[in-house]
Amino acid sequence: MKIALFATCVNDTLYPGTGKAVVRILERLGHQVVFPEAQTCCGQMHLNTGYPDQAMPLIRSFTDTFEDYDAVVAPSGSCAAMVRDWHGKTAARQGDHRLAERAFALTPRVYELAELLVDVLGVTDVGAVFPHRVTYHPTCHGLRMLKLGDKPLRLLREVEGIDLVDLPDATECCGFGGTFALKNADVSAAMCADKTAAVKQTRAEVLCAVDNSCLMHIGGTLSRQRSGVRVMHLAEILASTR
Amino acid sequence: MSATTDPHADATATRMPTYVGMPSFPKAAHEAVADTRLRRNLAHATGTIRERRAAAVTELDDWAELRDAGKRIKDHTLEYLGHYLRMLEEKVTAAGGVVHWARDAAEANAIVARLVKETGETEVVKVKSMATQEIGLNEALAEHGITALETDLAELIVQLADDRPSHILVPAIHKNRAEIRDLFSHRMPSAPADLTDEPADLAEAARRHLRAKFLTAKVAVSGANFAIADTGTVLVVESEGNGRMCLTLPETLITVMGVEKLLPTARDLEVFLQLLPRSSTAERMNPYTSAWTGVTPGDGPQNFHLVLLDNGRTDVRDDEVGRQALRCIRCSACLNVCPVYARAGGHAYGSPYPGPIGAILSPQIRGIGSKVDASLPFASSLCGACYEVCPVAIDIPEVLVHLRAKAAKKLPEKAVMKTAAWGLRSPARLALGQFVAGKARFVAPHLQFPRAWADTRDLPALPKESFRAWWKRTRGDATDPKDGS
Repeated sequence: MKIALFATCVNDTLYPGTGKAVVRILERLGHQVVFPEAQTCCGQMHLNTGYPDQAMPLIRSFTDTFEDYDAVVAPSGSCAAMVRDWHGKTAARQGDHRLAERAFALTPRVYELAELLVDVLGVTDVGAVFPHRVTYHPTCHGLRMLKLGDKPLRLLREVEGIDLVDLPDATECCGFGGTFALKNADVSAAMCADKTAAVKQTRAEVLCAVDNSCLMHIGGTLSRQRSGVRVMHLAEILASTR
Repeated sequence: MSATTDPHADATATRMPTYVGMPSFPKAAHEAVADTRLRRNLAHATGTIRERRAAAVTELDDWAELRDAGKRIKDHTLEYLGHYLRMLEEKVTAAGGVVHWARDAAEANAIVARLVKETGETEVVKVKSMATQEIGLNEALAEHGITALETDLAELIVQLADDRPSHILVPAIHKNRAEIRDLFSHRMPSAPADLTDEPADLAEAARRHLRAKFLTAKVAVSGANFAIADTGTVLVVESEGNGRMCLTLPETLITVMGVEKLLPTARDLEVFLQLLPRSSTAERMNPYTSAWTGVTPGDGPQNFHLVLLDNGRTDVRDDEVGRQALRCIRCSACLNVCPVYARAGGHAYGSPYPGPIGAILSPQIRGIGSKVDASLPFASSLCGACYEVCPVAIDIPEVLVHLRAKAAKKLPEKAVMKTAAWGLRSPARLALGQFVAGKARFVAPHLQFPRAWADTRDLPALPKESFRAWWKRTRGDATDPKDGS
């Protein structure tokens, strides 16, 4: 199957390893991956911070870039949720009904990585080997907007050598929330203090999630605490081999 | 919006008082986050209610259908609000009640003050009510020399402490029982000298204090949980029975009800009397459900006044996205699951409506003129836990984002967001930015970053090469022909 990769601007700029990992997994499974270079950003930060007019050109360019593909994969729960839940709706509310129609047609074919693997490609064992103690944090948009359920966990359970442990109070938000982390830094840090305490309680070596922006927040806090826990995107664990 | 540019400025000023000197949400939350006792009280209390609610909801296999029915009934009623309100007025009047219409808080307060004065009384007992908190009724009555006594245990605690409520259902959630014991010992004349902090002892002290008032009060003031348009029946649901004392013993009952509390028919209660207690107190059924229709000769209050309060609700109704906030049945499930509320506490929201629902109600009722109202739409990480538990499916994150667009119009960050959008609109500009940042990491590895981030979190190291640069370098030839770049 030919799959278009929407790397997302955060991964493209700060976490290129995640994009490379997606390419590695999908190619290993025998699929063709393409990276349309016209892609930039889904517009989530602008929409969620109160700038829907600034998000509009980004929604338009996403639609222009990806509407000819049968399947688009985004290794980010919140970007996939932004595209799927908000692109069409936002375009309609901003009065561009033609764009809304195109977005509504395209966005059901945009998948977060775990969805693509489990629902579309029908695999849970991607042939990964990762002999480490790992705990998984279900990020909010993946959990409540995409309703990923246990899909990421089903993929992780098949990883050879993994010691997968439950995260206490897993469904509690880490406190990132995009610009919330800056605008309400005290509350955000207080939420993350509880999240990192739960992570450390598991004695895991690695915290895994489907969103690098949340991991930047939790990982940045774990690093400041000199906790000895590192964070990894689901794709990077699934891409690991012997 | 400033007072000079907001066309509703005059209207909103008389709706819900903004507490004098109330700072923005982040500023108020800064102090709350540092208050270890508050954090402990809140984490314990909300954690307990949260688990019990989840269990109470899981018991019903038709919860999703009930929730959808609740949403639809409210939406339908809001759509035909005028029709149903006139029906309610007709039925209440026919049953011997008197209906009053109040455009805003000032009008409602004036009506209630006049009605109390007409009875010749200077003291009223009160049933726990959000609408009267919203309009600041107790303070308004005090200006007329009328004392309003809160009879809900938690409201009584808040009133005795000259405090403000911090939760819709549990107004004194920020206080633990040791604090309440001290308060009763100091402020409640009838409290025994050896009062302990056992909940049963505290309740007994409050019972003795209140019982004397119930038996002598001539006038009661209440809110309403529901009103039935086609019968004229008004309902109050509660746990303590103190509400029923107020609703049955006095000679005069004055009920202040937000217009959105209306339901078309009594059958609709089948849905809401399941949704509300399970979401609110995690009970299958609330202990006391009081319903009355006008007046009944020889039984209960012989004078009944119903004050129908708009106070901005019809403006909220006109907002296509924001109007869903009017479905709210004040259950407080959203507060109990909110990670922001649990850390910031209720007072930071600067309104009787704290938590996620307050963050969308207060700025809509009052407008976004004050510091706190302008900051409330941003007081959320948009985690969506509130929407998940809301029994009438209010998409609170959607309304928050909608209100952010209104509040953002006057923020200085606008230029930054515009520049970012400009950079992100073009892959070439994004690639250039990544290239420059990649080089800069050698020059200034510790680039100045907002302290708001860097105070508690390390920054990720910038990679040598962006993903797109890697792709171009290693797969440049494999670029899909469909790709327009």
